[in-house]
Amino acid sequence: MNLNTVYPMNEVTMAADLVDVNAVEEGLRVVSSPGLTAENVNVYYGDIQALQDVSINIYSKQITALIGPSGCGKSTFLRCLNRMNDVVDGCRITGNITLNGEDIYASDVDVVELRGRIGMVFQKPNPFPKSIFENIAYGPKIHGLAEHRSDLEECVVTSLQKAGLFEEVKDRMHQPATGLSGGQQQRLCIARAIAINPEVLLMDEPCSALDPIATGKVEDLMWELKENYSIVIVTHSMQQAARVSQRTGFFHLGDLVEVDSTENIFQNPVDSRTRDYITGRFG
Amino acid sequence: MMLQTNKNKLRKRARAEWRFRSYGILSLLFASTALVFLVSTIVSSGHSAFFKTTIDFEFPLDAERLGIETPYTWENLWAGSYYTAVKQALYALFPEVTSRPDKRALSRMLSPGAELELRDYVIAHPDKIGESVSLEVPVSSDYDQLYKGHLPRTGKHTKLSAQQMEQFDRLVDEGLIHYRFNPGFLTGGDSRYPELAGIGGAITGSFYALLVCFLLSFPLGIAAALYLEEFSKDTRMTRLIEANINNLAAVPSVIFGLLGLAVILNVFGLPRGTPLVGGMVLALMTLPTIIIACRSSLRAVSPGIRQGALAMGASPVQVVFQQVLPAAMPGTLTGTIIGLAQALGETAPLLMIGMVAFIANVPATPLDSSASLPVQIYLWAESAERGFVEKTAAAIIVIMTFLILMNLLAVIIRSRTQTKVE
Repeated sequence: MNLNTVYPMNEVTMAADLVDVNAVEEGLRVVSSPGLTAENVNVYYGDIQALQDVSINIYSKQITALIGPSGCGKSTFLRCLNRMNDVVDGCRITGNITLNGEDIYASDVDVVELRGRIGMVFQKPNPFPKSIFENIAYGPKIHGLAEHRSDLEECVVTSLQKAGLFEEVKDRMHQPATGLSGGQQQRLCIARAIAINPEVLLMDEPCSALDPIATGKVEDLMWELKENYSIVIVTHSMQQAARVSQRTGFFHLGDLVEVDSTENIFQNPVDSRTRDYITGRFG
Repeated sequence: MMLQTNKNKLRKRARAEWRFRSYGILSLLFASTALVFLVSTIVSSGHSAFFKTTIDFEFPLDAERLGIETPYTWENLWAGSYYTAVKQALYALFPEVTSRPDKRALSRMLSPGAELELRDYVIAHPDKIGESVSLEVPVSSDYDQLYKGHLPRTGKHTKLSAQQMEQFDRLVDEGLIHYRFNPGFLTGGDSRYPELAGIGGAITGSFYALLVCFLLSFPLGIAAALYLEEFSKDTRMTRLIEANINNLAAVPSVIFGLLGLAVILNVFGLPRGTPLVGGMVLALMTLPTIIIACRSSLRAVSPGIRQGALAMGASPVQVVFQQVLPAAMPGTLTGTIIGLAQALGETAPLLMIGMVAFIANVPATPLDSSASLPVQIYLWAESAERGFVEKTAAAIIVIMTFLILMNLLAVIIRSRTQTKVE
């Protein structure tokens, strides 16, 4: 299949600029064991089935993108991965999700501990209405990661450094986090999530409320973070999926239609629905 | 042609806009005139209650004449006959008054407070006995009102005889009459004598009642709001409770008073007429206000904050107490202060539970019978003596000052947290 017909040329160039192709291939080769595995996951909201038999492997130290039209269930699936759907009334989940072989829905799993291992960043930046320092320190505090004040301070500084925000906020650590710009707030939320040192980072459309410059910064950050964390990103933007991810899954009406390396999904999709979606015929 | 009609339409529209704006300005003008009128009448008739008229006496503190026995213990000093001493000091200023009826008419000038002040002075300075001291003592209400210009000198409403007024005027001319600030009005208890009546007891009573009200309604209200908003499932039962809470906020306060009378006084047998019971009844009234304010501020906390905290691994209780409730606190506090300000002005429920008696003491604890500010205003407004008119107005000034201060606090809390969030 001709590349140009599947995907508009300019966007491919953009993707190629940002994605280091060698790194992608290397990543695919190195990774052997899946960190997070979902098997036959079904989700029901009351009588409505939101997801049907979703099975996917999330490999560690990679970025997995979930794309698909609105309401296709990709966010619902993401929220299953750290059990955020537990708090939704009438939500029922069947199937199997394992993290390093452990069933995360087993009755003896501590949700608090699980969410310590699987962090999450939301669509809208949601800093707590407290100081920048308190925002980052909140996670380590409730998980008991820092015994002394100095440990906590160090943890806050490293997290902010990892998120590339430290230089911008180092003089205003004790000012309200709500005073930051949208992009800074989102990077603060990422710093907050990685402060508790999770294995997996879930990102639910992290850039949809940001301008292109802030989006670029967050994407650069994701590239750096993937060295240490597995990242799952839900995105509406196919360009973003192409730019940042190594693997892409396409959701449609509650089905995981296709999951493969990002290259294959965008250049050589198997399913006709995937092809229609990425060529912009629907969605 | 087309343009012409448009112009007319435009002019019509501009006129309608101007008309609407002037209605608004007129109504604002009316409201502020009414407010200015209200405040100025209250202040003009009430400000003089913060001052008292005193008379300057020279008292020879002769132990024998005062009837004080040695040793000068508190009991012996207290038992002295100071009334005679004060009267004799007054008669000494008017040697020409000799007949018994004239003397009696002259003695009307003295307030019962005069002998009390002399007694307190002697008890405080027993070493001064045997010397002659100069002391300012209050004059009685009618003379006080005369000096302040509230009492007509002629006509059927005048209360003093021409001779009494002439005697008083002579003292004024001699410079023995003084116009002093009256701290006793703010610190003292109620009295049958207007010149001695103070609002301190009512302020303390209202303070204790509000304290009890706050201590009961604030934690209860927050707990109820938290449960309803954060933990309860949306069932028919919770919806019923919600509807009832909203209805409770609209129940007339006198009914809460009757409830307090029937349940708190008659069933539980708590002491009647005390700030404790008053505070409990006011808490019933304030609860719905606090619950509604707290719930709406909880609802206004962005769901992102809850989700964020949950995703960080906080338990639902941690989310509520570490993130949601602190974020909802400013709104809750504002609602609470407004609820308390309402409670401060409530009269009817306090009448029902017996906080309407004449209490001359300043209550020491919330368990003592006490007056309260609104009921004190009610009682003074009913009193026949001319002197209580200014006291009523002054009590209104005091309660309004407290209300304004409380509302100001609410505004400050709101504006400070608003700038913080922005």
